[in-house]
Amino acid sequence: MKRVMLLGFAVALIAFPAAARDAAPLVVDEAVEKRMVAITEELRCLVCQNESLAGSRADLALDLRQEIREMIKAGKSDKEIMDFMVSRYGDFVRYRPPLKPVTWLLWLGPFALLATGLAVLITYMRRRSKMTWADDAAPLSAEDQARAARLLQAGPETPHAKGLQE
Amino acid sequence: MRFLIPLGLFLLLVGFLAAGLKLDPREVPSPLIGKPAPGFALPQLGAPSARFSPVDMKGKVWMLNVWASWCVSCREEHPLLVEFSRNATTPIYGLDYKDQPADAERWLKQFGNPYALSVADADGRVGIDYGVYGVPETYIIDKQGVIRYKQIGPVTPEVLSNKIQPLLAELNK
Repeated sequence: MKRVMLLGFAVALIAFPAAARDAAPLVVDEAVEKRMVAITEELRCLVCQNESLAGSRADLALDLRQEIREMIKAGKSDKEIMDFMVSRYGDFVRYRPPLKPVTWLLWLGPFALLATGLAVLITYMRRRSKMTWADDAAPLSAEDQARAARLLQAGPETPHAKGLQE
Repeated sequence: MRFLIPLGLFLLLVGFLAAGLKLDPREVPSPLIGKPAPGFALPQLGAPSARFSPVDMKGKVWMLNVWASWCVSCREEHPLLVEFSRNATTPIYGLDYKDQPADAERWLKQFGNPYALSVADADGRVGIDYGVYGVPETYIIDKQGVIRYKQIGPVTPEVLSNKIQPLLAELNK
């Protein structure tokens, strides 16, 4: 009895999601389907924003895919279909928004950052190499020279350093 | 002086993060603002033989509220709309989005009906024309039939008093 109930439950689990919405049309035109997928992969699903319209199972995505299928069948060009989407949902719906003043930062920002980073790195490295060169060139003062001579004769200057040596 | 550079960078980062906190990725700027409201002629809820079209509203300021009986956030904003419809001069028209008419009518009976009338967008086609992607959404349409404002998600008391009411006052002048 228990087993029958479990089986019934399992069947119900499988059957319910299927009954919840219209079945996908069985006869699909392969060429239409291919173009539809190519277009919808370029488009963002607005309900679940990190999914493409091609991959989303949101209700709105199903509707929009159907709408695009119909537009393809009606002989609309890819550009016309894109324009249809953009006029309703804005450039945000495209994964590759067009280059225009509002999207300059988006398109050029990474390159600007890279250029800034390179500039900072180059200036830093130049300054550092100049610094060592300047240090080498500086002559020792009389006082320093005397101290160096003392060190060379007597070994480490401080008791602490001596302690470390032993 | 040297510590000013990392401090400056840090403040810049804090600035960006603070701005990021205030941005809502769900709020997609609608390209429809400033454009004429898309036309439709849909059957009215409760009177399917009668139709309603935005053209009928030329010369009036009105609001179009997209709702559905299956929509949970609609319940959140609904009392506010009912309250608003009691004392406001601007009518609210409902677009019942992808809903069963019987469910929708029962819902209105249960929670009150703030709408001058509602139309049934059974297959969601009109919703697509209006760029609807999350119910509820509310549009304010001016006397020339141009969309002036779009609220995505429920109308809150703050939005109503800070944005919607000042705009309506200006448009109704």
